[in-house]
Amino acid sequence: MIRISGLFRRAGTRNILDAIDLEIRPGEIFTLIGPSGSGKTSLLRIIDLLDNPTAGKIFFDGTDTAATNQIRLSIRRRMAMVFQKPSVLNTTVAGNVAFGLKFRGVEKIEIGTRVREALDIVGLSHLSDRRAVTLSGGEMQRVAIARALVTRPELLILDEPTANLDPVNTEMIENLIRRIHQHFHTTIILSTHDMIQGQRLADRIAVIMGGRIVQVGSIQDIFYHPQNKDIARFVGIDTIVKGIVESNDGGHAKISVGTAVFEVITSSKPGTPVSLFIRPEEVTLAVKDGDLPKTSVRNQLAGTIIKMVPFGPFIRVTIDFGFPLTSLVTRRSSDELSLGVGMAVIAGVKATAIHVIPDSE
Amino acid sequence: MSTITSGISQAIHLIVTLNPDVMQIAALSLYVSLIATILAACMSIPLGAFIHFHDFAGKRVLIVLIQTLYSVPTVVVGLVIYLLISRSGPLGFFGLLWTPEGMILGQTVLIVPITTGLVISALGSIDKNISDTLVSLGATGFQKVVQIIKEARYAILSTVVLAFGRAISEVGVAMMIGGNILGQTRVLTTTIALQTGLGDFGFSIALGIILLVISLIVVVIMNLITAGLSFDSQWVLGGPRS
Repeated sequence: MIRISGLFRRAGTRNILDAIDLEIRPGEIFTLIGPSGSGKTSLLRIIDLLDNPTAGKIFFDGTDTAATNQIRLSIRRRMAMVFQKPSVLNTTVAGNVAFGLKFRGVEKIEIGTRVREALDIVGLSHLSDRRAVTLSGGEMQRVAIARALVTRPELLILDEPTANLDPVNTEMIENLIRRIHQHFHTTIILSTHDMIQGQRLADRIAVIMGGRIVQVGSIQDIFYHPQNKDIARFVGIDTIVKGIVESNDGGHAKISVGTAVFEVITSSKPGTPVSLFIRPEEVTLAVKDGDLPKTSVRNQLAGTIIKMVPFGPFIRVTIDFGFPLTSLVTRRSSDELSLGVGMAVIAGVKATAIHVIPDSE
Repeated sequence: MSTITSGISQAIHLIVTLNPDVMQIAALSLYVSLIATILAACMSIPLGAFIHFHDFAGKRVLIVLIQTLYSVPTVVVGLVIYLLISRSGPLGFFGLLWTPEGMILGQTVLIVPITTGLVISALGSIDKNISDTLVSLGATGFQKVVQIIKEARYAILSTVVLAFGRAISEVGVAMMIGGNILGQTRVLTTTIALQTGLGDFGFSIALGIILLVISLIVVVIMNLITAGLSFDSQWVLGGPRS
């Protein structure tokens, strides 16, 4: 659908986008995640042909987009973009949705039908005659989506569509995106700084940091097998510890971290310095009470709680084993175990839940 | 004091009886200034749009120059136009001096900087996101410009009303180009200047009242336009909704 090769965008001496190579496949939801200011918007604007790259090429269905204005317009008319900050024009809701069709010279009667259809999909039919500037943020964003949808784009670009919305509206917009994707099989490129949202919506994810695409892959790849520490931290892995591979028996390795030994699945050879990535929700906690419970959890470590920080319905518990390890527990289980700072606990991590990469530093 | 009271009663009489001289003068004032305003608007909207939507060397300087001309003295415009259209001037063959058309030309020149400058700032006040949205929706360059001008319609409209106010209240151009010829180029402001000099206060006051009423109408229209704007913003802020 979209192929990007060797793309740069410079502002002064700074590379806003740095050697981007990407391929977006027809019919997929492709999510671009990265921290604020990492170049997500810049990249999406270039894909929508609003801005020009400093260097590099973008192909839309095989056509080079570095072409005459006429060709660029006709390519642009096969896509639609929803911006992070929804902006509506000072006319009715229906009037706003009609713009794309008006620009394309669609006949009045058909515009009417298609605008009604689009408003129906986003659930705003009842506000069709309202002045768009009087809508709430969530409603405006739905108008923006209807406005994009009405032109039946082959590619829908959504730039942090829920960044300014509350959780209820966010969920509504996410469901809407999923419905659009199922219904129209539109290829969707979505950017977000919310990795959980990326997880909820994406077929494939690209992580962008400092203008570079640092990893592209499935949800599984990105969240459980991040390629470096920065990505790991960004996707919510709190515990990153260094260790040495002690032995490796056909992929079943023992790695020492300080005085502790972890059993993990890796192909790293004995003697290799490695980093272990452990997601906090993969760490279970138990209160030390006689013998260790017999479970499939290979790694059981005794340590002391040094910090507890509320995190929505969860509590982020940091345990000291000579190195800190973070566990995410629900408030309920924290209450049941009556966890508190200074308490001795047993942390359990499955061998398969630990991601190992060779240590680069 | 008695001069003023008798002047006012005479003025009321002149207005209530629809004195033909007064009406003719008021009508010519309206005609000249309305046409000048329409011409200025017709020139300024495309001109302002051109300046706003193009980047060229000296754009900032040009805008500063236009803004400087907002407060150009009317007599200076009168002088320049006089030199241009008098018999011996380069445009003398049109015979515009001492005609309403000449006055229209003069007033148009007077207010074009205001309308152009304010059209530029009206377009500049439209959010950049609107422009991106339009382009992204597949607008051609021309479709985008038209839509952004439409989006700035309230601000442009109030600019036009303001320019009309300046045109109808000015005396320099009307006097120097029109010459205050009775029945031909005599307008409200020039008559007031003349009749006051002659001691005919009643007539002056009557015309002054009419001029004030016109100003009042202008202000009311301006307020209706801006009220329309603030009504929208009230809605946005969660105020009254229909």
